[in-house]
Amino acid sequence: MIKVEKQTTTKSGAQLLIDALNAQNVEMIFGYPGGAVLPLYDAFYDCDIPHILTRHEQGAVHAAEGYARVTGKAGVVVVTSGPGATNALTGIADAMSDSIPMVIFTGQVATPGIGKDAFQEADMIGLTIPITKYNYQVRDVKDIPKIIKEAFHIATTGRQGPVVIDLPKDMSLATTDTVNDDTIHLPGYQPTLKPNGMQLEKLMQALATSSKPVILAGAGVNHSRATAELLDFAERYQIPVVNTLLGLGSFPQDHPLFLGMGGMHGSYAANMALTDPDLLINFGSRFDDRMVGAPKEFAKHAVIAHIDIDPAEIGKVLTTKIPIVADIKETLTQLLEMSITDETDKTHWYKLNMTRKERHPFTYNRDSKAEIKPQKVIEIIGEITEGKALVATDVGQHQMWVAQFYPFSHDHQIMTSGGLGTMGFGFPAAIGAQLAYPEQTVVAFVGDGGFQMTNQELAILNDYNINLKTVIINNGSLGMVRQWQEKFHNERYSHSIFQSQPDFVKLAEAYGVKGVRLTDPQTLAADLKEAFAYPGPIVIDCVVSPSELVLPMIPPGKANHQMEGVE
Amino acid sequence: MRRIITATVNNSSGVLNRITGVISRRQYNIDSISVGWTETPNVSRITIVVHVDSLYEIEQVTKQLNKQIDVLKVSDITDDPHMERELALIKVNAPAANRAELNSIIEPFRATIIDVGKTSVVVQVAGTSEKVNAFVDSIRPYGIQQMARTGVTGFTRSAK
Repeated sequence: MIKVEKQTTTKSGAQLLIDALNAQNVEMIFGYPGGAVLPLYDAFYDCDIPHILTRHEQGAVHAAEGYARVTGKAGVVVVTSGPGATNALTGIADAMSDSIPMVIFTGQVATPGIGKDAFQEADMIGLTIPITKYNYQVRDVKDIPKIIKEAFHIATTGRQGPVVIDLPKDMSLATTDTVNDDTIHLPGYQPTLKPNGMQLEKLMQALATSSKPVILAGAGVNHSRATAELLDFAERYQIPVVNTLLGLGSFPQDHPLFLGMGGMHGSYAANMALTDPDLLINFGSRFDDRMVGAPKEFAKHAVIAHIDIDPAEIGKVLTTKIPIVADIKETLTQLLEMSITDETDKTHWYKLNMTRKERHPFTYNRDSKAEIKPQKVIEIIGEITEGKALVATDVGQHQMWVAQFYPFSHDHQIMTSGGLGTMGFGFPAAIGAQLAYPEQTVVAFVGDGGFQMTNQELAILNDYNINLKTVIINNGSLGMVRQWQEKFHNERYSHSIFQSQPDFVKLAEAYGVKGVRLTDPQTLAADLKEAFAYPGPIVIDCVVSPSELVLPMIPPGKANHQMEGVE
Repeated sequence: MRRIITATVNNSSGVLNRITGVISRRQYNIDSISVGWTETPNVSRITIVVHVDSLYEIEQVTKQLNKQIDVLKVSDITDDPHMERELALIKVNAPAANRAELNSIIEPFRATIIDVGKTSVVVQVAGTSEKVNAFVDSIRPYGIQQMARTGVTGFTRSAK
């Protein structure tokens, strides 16, 4: 049944793998060697694809995620079996949560040892089924070209995601002069890209009669690079736009129709617009619980139109009247070709949103002379980089401040762990982005907690000439944990305040990287400017106010209009 | 509510694991699951009986199953005209004195004795789960030593 094609020369599994990666135009591989992938690493010795040796497998996967998040291409990772593979799980789950295209090769013990608790064996198929889009175990060396081709196809099409290829050691070593047909034949996998015309009509009819429409623009807009189309659409019908965290950059932040990010730490204007619209058009967001909070209260009088490439997302959280399974760019392009007679006056709605936006912007004590305000650090860096840097964040308070105060301007600009909320993500992700675009300014905003989860990757900044600016928002604690303990656990700060911290400047220096510590709010702007002008990798330890809270905030499970801390 | 779902899947290794994972991780209780070959090589049919609280929940299950790359087609056939069958093997106490009486129970259910021992017999019964349940209830007073049920398999009726 499977057509076997003859090859001219005899090749090992490892060589077939490299051929297949070359055929996919893979630009770099992130990885860490070990016993089960030794044959592969032996082949890498003569391979033209650059390999980035991180110091931990989690770092390798996050770096590849950073690469994938800014380029839109699949990130490629190689790790060894057992502990190497399990160390990669966090990154794989992270990529799954945020729909990031990735192909991860995990070494596996040789096939005779599989299932016998062999040295460094872990059941990677079992372990990764719930956290991958798909996974393979190579059982026949002749299948390697086919599996790799399919894996890249699955990872980069439809709703993107990570694909794991488990590679037994003997499959890398085995040689063959023939390979199996590598035609992609996946009858169970046919993503729908083109929207249904009738549903589009319904959407446009709803828009024609809507006086209070709002757009929720999620990661899908960024993934499909539909920012120009979104802008056209919003402007033509004067629809205000709310971004999700991962949707940031998909709409110009200085645009009058932009209301900010919505959700738990979103803006007042955004959350109020999500509370009382009569039409909510969701482009490529999955109505995450950090956005929706209380589903019964969310846009409860609105007709909901949901456009998503993954049919399983539609109706998962909210009842959707107009379901559209399609690519966002395709959908917006078609919507822009349609026309309606606008029957309603949207002026009142527009004015209401503008008033809310003007009266309740994100704010903090800008005049503080006693301590550095973390928000200020982000604002100043936003100015220095003109809102154009590729920005990675870790997870926690600083992540939300970056979302609130960094002026994102384009798609594929934000690298943040939106779904899984992975501490340790930001620093290696920024490394991956900087490797993808060596000439671009890349900023890693990290907390002092998260940085210590993957800071060993400082070691590779000099190895690969990575000119990364790392900004530690150092409040001496697990800030977000501390904030929740303050608000919801009677200020019982259980294990959230660090007793001691490393000297981050010396830590950087230990790795041969320049480090500076900023403590003076008076000279902050000048100090940051100087640090960013340094022509090489630098770690900027900003000692900030330890008690600052991320506000406003919707308490978990509360409705979007029940925000606290609105000024 | 009880729903019966059928799925045709690629007969690749781990496919059952993928399917059950999708359902169990969403905390839906699988009543029974049966798998077997179909008319097409390398394609298996899985029949799943699952208990959910609402139609919304079963829609979520079928959508998530459909998303699986090895899944070719998923249908909730509960509300369609369909057939479902389950097979049970029951080893029941049957001292010589009781056998005639046992036979009188077995016959109306169209069950068959497929093995005869000194003090017990093995009965095979096939039908809807309801029928199998009824049969098990009828035979229980005699003392069931062992029972194995296959779980439901089924599909929709031919177009008329």
